[in-house]
Amino acid sequence: MAAVTTPERPVVATAVGREVERADARVKLNGQAEFTGDIRVPGMLYGAVLRSPVARARITRVDVEAALALDGVVAVLTGQDLLDMDPYYGHALRDRPIVAIDEVRFVGEPVAVVAARTLAVAEEARNLIEVAYDLQAPVASLEAAVRSDAPQVHTTRARPGFAHGLGQLPDPEGNVCYRYGFTTGDVSADFAGADVVVEGEYRFPAVYQYSLETHSVVADYRGDEVTIWASCQHPFLVRQEIADLFDLNLDRVRVVVPYLGGGFGSKSYTKMEPIAVAISRKARRPVRVVNRVDESMVTTRRHNMVCRMRTAAAADGTLLAREADFWLDTGAYADNGPRVTATAGDAAPGPYRWRSVRVDGRCVYTNTAPAGSYRAFGAIHLQWIGELQVDEIAHKLGLDPLEFRCRNLLPVGGEVRAGAKPLDADLVGDLRKVAEAIDWGAPRPPGRGVGLSVGLLAAGAHPVSMATVRLGADGGATVLVGTTELGQGARTAMAQIAAEVLALPPHQVVVRGTDTQYTPYDRSTGASRSTTVAGKAVELAARDVLASLVETAATKLDSDAPLSARDGGITDGERWISHQELIRARFGFAGGELVGQGRVQPSRGSGSYAEGPVFWEVCLAAAEVEVDPATGVVHVMRTASVADVGRAINPQLIRRQDEGATLQAIGNALFEEMHYDPEGLLLNDTLLDYRIPSTLDVPEQMTCVIVENEDGPGPFGAKGCGEGAFAGVTAAIATAVAAAGVPMRELPMTPERVWRRLQERGTVEQTGELR
Amino acid sequence: MSPVTVQAVVNGDQVKRSIPPNLLLIDFLRDEMGLTGTKQSCEVEVCGACTVLVDDEPVSSCCYLAADIDQRRVETVEGLVGTPFHNRVVEAFLRHAAVQCGFCTPGLLLTAKAMARREAAPTELELREALAGNLCRCTGYHSVLQALAEVLGSEGPA
Repeated sequence: MAAVTTPERPVVATAVGREVERADARVKLNGQAEFTGDIRVPGMLYGAVLRSPVARARITRVDVEAALALDGVVAVLTGQDLLDMDPYYGHALRDRPIVAIDEVRFVGEPVAVVAARTLAVAEEARNLIEVAYDLQAPVASLEAAVRSDAPQVHTTRARPGFAHGLGQLPDPEGNVCYRYGFTTGDVSADFAGADVVVEGEYRFPAVYQYSLETHSVVADYRGDEVTIWASCQHPFLVRQEIADLFDLNLDRVRVVVPYLGGGFGSKSYTKMEPIAVAISRKARRPVRVVNRVDESMVTTRRHNMVCRMRTAAAADGTLLAREADFWLDTGAYADNGPRVTATAGDAAPGPYRWRSVRVDGRCVYTNTAPAGSYRAFGAIHLQWIGELQVDEIAHKLGLDPLEFRCRNLLPVGGEVRAGAKPLDADLVGDLRKVAEAIDWGAPRPPGRGVGLSVGLLAAGAHPVSMATVRLGADGGATVLVGTTELGQGARTAMAQIAAEVLALPPHQVVVRGTDTQYTPYDRSTGASRSTTVAGKAVELAARDVLASLVETAATKLDSDAPLSARDGGITDGERWISHQELIRARFGFAGGELVGQGRVQPSRGSGSYAEGPVFWEVCLAAAEVEVDPATGVVHVMRTASVADVGRAINPQLIRRQDEGATLQAIGNALFEEMHYDPEGLLLNDTLLDYRIPSTLDVPEQMTCVIVENEDGPGPFGAKGCGEGAFAGVTAAIATAVAAAGVPMRELPMTPERVWRRLQERGTVEQTGELR
Repeated sequence: MSPVTVQAVVNGDQVKRSIPPNLLLIDFLRDEMGLTGTKQSCEVEVCGACTVLVDDEPVSSCCYLAADIDQRRVETVEGLVGTPFHNRVVEAFLRHAAVQCGFCTPGLLLTAKAMARREAAPTELELREALAGNLCRCTGYHSVLQALAEVLGSEGPA
C-alpha cells in the first residue's frame, strides 16, 4: 500500500447534459466580477476621443496646442502621429486608419485622442482641439451610394485583410466593396414556366447591438511590448492585428480578456484597441479608453439592407426558383461586411429544394458608422423575406404553410450550397416540433396570427482552436481555452466538457479567462462556434490527460481489462484508483501535474468559408401575435424556437440563449432602428430614443425545444446554438403579422408602419390583392 | 469649483470626503470608494445598470450628484452581499441561471431590494413594471422574473 491514503471513492454524476450551476454566477451576483472598465493599472491615464461632427470632409487643420497646454494632459494623438507606420487595419479589408488621416468618412470617426490624468481633464482637453473641415457632400444612404455618379467613399482600393476567409476578393465597383453571389439551374426558364410568382422589395434597418458594457480597453505600451486588457470577443485576432499595425512579434502583444458585459458580435474583431495602443505608445503610459454608449453606437452596428426577391412555384405546391438581389450598407469601413454579405447570400434561398436559384449580394460603403457582426447576421437579413414569400405562395395556392414547407424542405444530407457541407439537421422534424409547441392549426380570433419560419446560418467560422487541460495533484483541473465568456456560459460548458472526460464534478474544473500569454490559440468567439470547435479542443485535451492517467493505472493495476474514468479516478470495472493517487504514483510525491493538449483544425479543405461551414445552425421558430387595428401595435404573445444542438451540454444555458435571442428578435422586428438624416447624422444616439426590449416586452410564453440527434461535429455530438433563434423568431414574427392580415415589407414593424399598411388593406380589401 | 464636503453612510460605513461639487455619484462610488460593482452604461437614466439605493430608494447613480448623498445612506451591491435578502437572491438566480454577462445584475438586485421593502408578493405585472427600468440584453428577462418572483413571494411567469 502507498504511504498516503487514497481518498474514498466518491460518486460523481455525469457532467454533460446536466443543468450545472453557472461557474461565474456567484461572483457576478456579488458585484465582484472584473470587467475591463474596473481595471486600474498604476500610472494609468484616461483617454478621450475627439470624433468627427461631419460625415464627409477633408481635414485642413488640426490644432492641439490648447489641449496640450491644459494641466494634466500628457499626450494628444492625431493622424500626423501615424506617418511612421502603416496605420490601416481591418481583418476583411484593410481600409481603416487608427484615427482619421486627412479625411473623415462618417459622423463619429475618431480624429484625435487625448490622454490625461483624469477623465474630466481628458474630455475638457478634447473639446479644446480645433479641427477645420472642408465639407463634401456625403453619401448617407444605400440609394445615394449605388448611383452611377455617386461620390466614392474610398478613392483607393483597400488591401485584403489577414482574416477575410473569402477566397479571391472581387474587384470593387464604385462604392460596392464586396460582392457575393451564385447561380444554379435555369432561373429564367423556371420563372417563365411557373404557375405562381411572388415578388417584392424589402427593407431591413440598421440596429445597435447594445451590450450594456461599452467597448473598453486599457493598453500599456512599454518598450517593444504592449499589454492590452480588452472587452474583445476574439483576443487572438486582436493580437494579430495589433502586431501587424505596430510591427511587433505576436508574443510581444499580450491580450487579457476579463469578463465581458455582453458582446453579441459588437466586440468581434478589432474595435477600440488600436486607438488605445497608439495613445499609450505616444504617452508612454497605460491608457484607458472606454466608450460612452453614443460612441459604441458609431463603433459598430448591424447592416441595414434593401432586398429585391422573387419566388416561383408550381400549382401542385412545388417550389421552383428564387432570385435575390440585395444591398447591405456597411458604412464607411468594411468591418465584417464582406462576411455578412456572404452569409446573407447563403441564407437567401432558404433551405428548400430549388430547381434554380440566383443570388447577388453587394456590400456597399456609405458615409455612416461602420457595420459589422451582430448575432445571426446574414440569416436575419434574408430569412424573414424568403419566408414571407413562402407564405404568400402557400396562401395563393390555398395550402397549409406548415405542410407546404415540409413538402419542400431539404432533407438531411441535402445540398444547401454547391461545395459546402451538406445539411446536417432534420428540418422537417424540427419544424413540426415548433408548430406543435405553438398549437399550429388551432383556430384564432381575428387580429391574431401564427407564423412559422425556417432558415439556416453558416456557423462555426474558421475551425482552428487549441486548448490545454492541467490536472493537479489534488485532482482538480484547470482548462486554458481562448473562448471569451461574454455571458453565454462558455466557462461553465467548457468545465462540463473536461469534467465529463475526466469523470470529475464540474466545480472541480476551473476555466480561466484568456490571457494570450498563457492561453493557447483560439480563432474567435462567435458564429456559435465555441462549444463545437473550442469545446472539441477541450475534450481532446482532457482525453490527452486521461491517456496519461490510464497509462499509469494500467501499470498499477497490472490489468488487461479496458480502463475508463469514473468517479474522479480510473477503473477497470472492479478496482478503482483516484486521479490523485495516479499522479502521486507517476511523480513519486504529492506534486506534479498532468498536462493535456487538444487541437482542432480543418478536417477537410482549407477550413475556409467556401468549404465550410463547420455546421449549419438551424434558424427555426414559430410565433403568435396580436395586431391592434386601431393603433398598429403588434403584441408577441408566444414564441417557440428550436435549438438543434446535437447534444445539450447544459440544457438550461441553451434555453437562456434562446430566450435572450427571442427578446433581441422582438426588438429588431418591432421597434429597434437607427435613424440617419440625409447628412449622415445619427439622430437617435442615446437609449432615450433608441429603445431596446424591457421586461414589459416579454411574451407570455417562450418555448425552446432542444433537439438532440448527436449529429454535431463537436464534443459528444454537440453543435452550437444561440444565434438561430434570433433569425428564426424575427422571421416568425413577420410571418405571424402577415397571417394576422398585415404583410409587411419593412422592419421594424412599428405601430405607424403597421397602421399605414392596415389602411392600405382597407382600400384594397375588395380586390383581395394585398397579399 | 471649490470642493464640498459630504458625510454619508456607505454600505454601513461612515464616510467623509471632500469632493468636486459636480462629481457624479457613480464616479464617487467607483473611483473614490473603489466600489466597482456598480456599473455604468447608458448615462441617461434608462438602463438601470448604475442603480444604487439612497435612503432605501433606488436612484441612477450616473445622474445623481455625489454631493447630494450628504447626511444620507447609500447601499450598493457590495453592501447587499451577505444579507438574508442577497442570500435568497443568489440561490434563486442560480436555480434559474438568471445571470449571463452579469453587467446589469448589481443594479437589478438593488431595484429588487427596494421593491422587497415596498411590497410583499407583487403581481407579475407589478414585478415587470418595477423592473422595466433595468435593461438586460442577455437573458430575455424570463429567468430573472422567475427568480425574483420566488424571492419576493409572488407568482412568476409560466
